[in-house]
Amino acid sequence: MLAEFLQYLFTGITIGATYALVALGFTLIYNASHVINFAQGEFLMIGGMATVSLMGMGLPMPIAIILAVILAGILGVALQRLAIAPARQASVVTLIIITIGASIFIRGVAQLVWGKEYHVMPSFGSDQPVRIGGAVMHSQSIWVLLIASILVVLLVLFFTRTLIGKAILATSMNKDAARLVGIRTQLVLMLAFMLSALIGSMAGIAVAPITFTSYDIGIMLGLKGFVAAAMGGLGSGVGAVVGGITLGIVEAMTAGYISSDYKDAVAFSMILLVLFFMPRGMFGSRVVERV
Amino acid sequence: MSKKIFRRAGFLAATLAAGIFATSVQASDPIKIGSFLSATGPASFLGDPELKTLEMYVEKINADGGVLGRQLQLIHYDDAGDASQARNFASRLVRNDRVDIIIGGSTTGTTMSAAPLIEQARTPFISLAGAIVITEPVKPWVFKTPQSDRMAAERVLGDMQSRGITKVGLISDTGGFGSSGRTQTLEVAANYGIEILADETYGPSDTDMTAQLTRIRNAGVEAVFNFGFGQGPALVTRNYAQLGIDLPFYQSHGVASDRFLELAGTAAEGLRLPASPLLVPDSLDDADPQKAVVQNYKAEYEARWNTQVSTFGAYAYDGLMLAVMAIEQAGSTDREAVRSALENIQGYVGVTGIYNLSPEDHMGLTADSFRILEVKDGQWNLID
Repeated sequence: MLAEFLQYLFTGITIGATYALVALGFTLIYNASHVINFAQGEFLMIGGMATVSLMGMGLPMPIAIILAVILAGILGVALQRLAIAPARQASVVTLIIITIGASIFIRGVAQLVWGKEYHVMPSFGSDQPVRIGGAVMHSQSIWVLLIASILVVLLVLFFTRTLIGKAILATSMNKDAARLVGIRTQLVLMLAFMLSALIGSMAGIAVAPITFTSYDIGIMLGLKGFVAAAMGGLGSGVGAVVGGITLGIVEAMTAGYISSDYKDAVAFSMILLVLFFMPRGMFGSRVVERV
Repeated sequence: MSKKIFRRAGFLAATLAAGIFATSVQASDPIKIGSFLSATGPASFLGDPELKTLEMYVEKINADGGVLGRQLQLIHYDDAGDASQARNFASRLVRNDRVDIIIGGSTTGTTMSAAPLIEQARTPFISLAGAIVITEPVKPWVFKTPQSDRMAAERVLGDMQSRGITKVGLISDTGGFGSSGRTQTLEVAANYGIEILADETYGPSDTDMTAQLTRIRNAGVEAVFNFGFGQGPALVTRNYAQLGIDLPFYQSHGVASDRFLELAGTAAEGLRLPASPLLVPDSLDDADPQKAVVQNYKAEYEARWNTQVSTFGAYAYDGLMLAVMAIEQAGSTDREAVRSALENIQGYVGVTGIYNLSPEDHMGLTADSFRILEVKDGQWNLID
């Protein structure tokens, strides 16, 4: 009985850690511009696919990972320079729509370059699952959790302790005022896109050994990650992690105790409830817009 | 007045001459084979090898002198997996291109949306899609080459029965292939004295199925059967190994490819599935009539396209060969003659199986055409 519960819990944490890592990527760009970057899932895909294909060329895993992350960073800058910057006068909604277009474009190019097949990435550590109290957990899940927690801490420090982090927050609160005090807002935005691409690709690489990777993996993971981010309160790193793990655990518990047919339905109704009673999410800022 | 009559006579003569001219040319006209396939889009893993196979064998047949002394002409459209596009292209094939026979329809969706229109145009149509609804009930003009999902279920349940298994857990994906397979399995299980004690599902893009598998394990089953395709079954296989469940494990024909072995890795060890002999061409018995056909197709396809052969391409191979056979037996491209020749083909040895068609059975395969394979040391192993 306890073993069963533990198994569902671990399953939930495994799925949830994946969502959490994806959700983190949304936080940065949202903090900088209030834009929800729907191409975030594509950064994940680039991370995973580039690592797999570089490893296929015979590079050792750590080098392949570093190169893949750099590639994603370049892509993030390119996305901001080529797609977002030219539309800088446009409203947030327009920018969000641009990111959707960009995601379709990136996916199309990836499909041409890497084909449509699923690829395997080896686990970072051993392939042996970890056994605790009669339940098992994928050893890669521990890596995912570890990477997610390190990234959260780094993000919190970045936003509260560094000048650049504060500049990003200032830009999101009031672009004109930020510019008046000497912040180069376009540069800040570019930086936000680059960092978010870096985080996204790291997430993609960390989860690839569990989920496999393919040119369209970003659609599903990106969407679930967005849901987790919205639930935790967009813009909050801690919220993204809590939101992701809650979502994962609810899905797993429903599949285990009620029926696998209802797991998505229950998870999504829970999001409705959270957003109904806490419109800014579980950890969203309580700041009221100043008029 | 007389001028008018002359003009009319002139028209008539011209029309007649054109008619005679047209009929005299017809003997050396190419035989038009129409096709609509999902060569791109989400079902491209079906359409792509099918198109490659058709292109390659039409070329080959033409190089060998064609059929009835006439060359074959392949007219192909890409429906990208979209059912309404498939319908439009089917209409173009029968109305504008006036093809003699259609081989196509990579998915059940594209096939079913085009079938009524093709039937109306009274053109023989060989579909390359799986579902049982295509040929059951029988539609006079519609045929298909792949086995239906019910046969895969029957083959798996039959193998379970022979191992003395009576209690089975079922896990299937909620996509079209998985849910149709699930329905068929539930329907035929009782015929094999098998009880389905657990019936779980997962979304086609889910990334972890340990919760469902834990539930199945706790239901006290003796074997587990997973019906689905894509990366899902590979994840199920991995989760199954992670949980350390050591009951017999079965997959469907949906994952019968070397790609699956690569994705599932060592977790696939010991699992069984029904599959085309194309996966194990060299382990077939020498007395097996299919052996030469299968080896030949694999060698030719891989030499020409430099990629691995797929069971889906084999459906197109069998479709084209059946069409050629029917046209040869009919001695013309007269549609009714070809149709009736098609439904009377007996003992055609194809890559997928041995076809015995009849007016009541427009597919012509039995469940035995699936071979039961087991994964051993990362390789497919022929069991039955």
